[in-house]
Amino acid sequence: MAKFNRKGKGGTPAISTASLPDIVFMLLFFFMVSTTMREVDLKISVKLPEATEIKKLEKKSLVSYIYVGAPIKAYQEKFGTEPRLQLNDELSQISDIVTYISAEREKMDENDIPFMTTSIKADMEVKMGIITEIKQELRKASALKINYSSRKAL
Amino acid sequence: MARPIQEINAGSMADIAFLLLIFFLVTTTMDVDSGITRKLPAIQHEDQPKPPDVKERNVYIVLINQHNQLAVEGELMPVNKLCDGVKEFIKNPQDNPNLSEKKEDAVDIPFFGMMELSKGVVSLQNDKGTSYHKYIEVQNELVRAFNELKDELSMKKFGMTYKDLDDERQKAVRKVFPMSISEAEPRNIGGKK
Repeated sequence: MAKFNRKGKGGTPAISTASLPDIVFMLLFFFMVSTTMREVDLKISVKLPEATEIKKLEKKSLVSYIYVGAPIKAYQEKFGTEPRLQLNDELSQISDIVTYISAEREKMDENDIPFMTTSIKADMEVKMGIITEIKQELRKASALKINYSSRKAL
Repeated sequence: MARPIQEINAGSMADIAFLLLIFFLVTTTMDVDSGITRKLPAIQHEDQPKPPDVKERNVYIVLINQHNQLAVEGELMPVNKLCDGVKEFIKNPQDNPNLSEKKEDAVDIPFFGMMELSKGVVSLQNDKGTSYHKYIEVQNELVRAFNELKDELSMKKFGMTYKDLDDERQKAVRKVFPMSISEAEPRNIGGKK
């Protein structure tokens, strides 16, 4: 029996943590590669509607975004609770859309302009009045390819 | 005096890596952008000729009022029946005089030969007070109807779904069932607000 008990004094040996940095680095690289930085700071709350027949937007550089929704709590004092639209970082008026679209178009490569898409990210509680006005403005700016952003319904 | 080179303590490496990891975890957004893609009509100038009028039987009128109710061809309809309604209207297998007409001249389409195409157009109108999620729901149903038509046709002809066909076959199928959804110029229906 004594033969087996020889090492039995030390309790459980400590687990080596030497490989921990490697594991963490692996995770770190995964997130670094897969990450896309949030481009805009949303001042309005947007909860997208659900749909089943959705298509992915392929090239992000071809897409410009229009956000529509009610201002978040911090801005409600200043802007009220009526749905507003946000272009880039600022709450804007409907009439700003034409300027915004031409500015976006300017930034693009000439060959890409026909493929330009405008993604409307609107809150599901918004009324159609504002959406229709936006669509009319987009027609005026001749940005005709649009995408109603929505989540995949399960 | 050959002193051994001191080893750098790597113990805090994990902490640094963790810090970076948490930073990226917080700032990351994994969502891919997706949605229903539509094309808006170009704006109609006054000096341009008006598009030809479409016969009433060829237009499938879908209205949504400010209470999010759906009226199809003048009658109330639940959203889940809309998809089948549109398919029936476009296909019109029994040549029902109330549903869409076929074009007078058959068109030659690659892979299919001479085909009689439907003249049917779905017209979607909404009120200012319609909520956006109802509108998307209806749009979704309309797109689904056309996608199912395409899928059925490709299943019958090629034994594959539309998605799995090659580009030329997809184009041919698209020609048989073009996505003919038109949206009316905005106006107030269902009373003023």
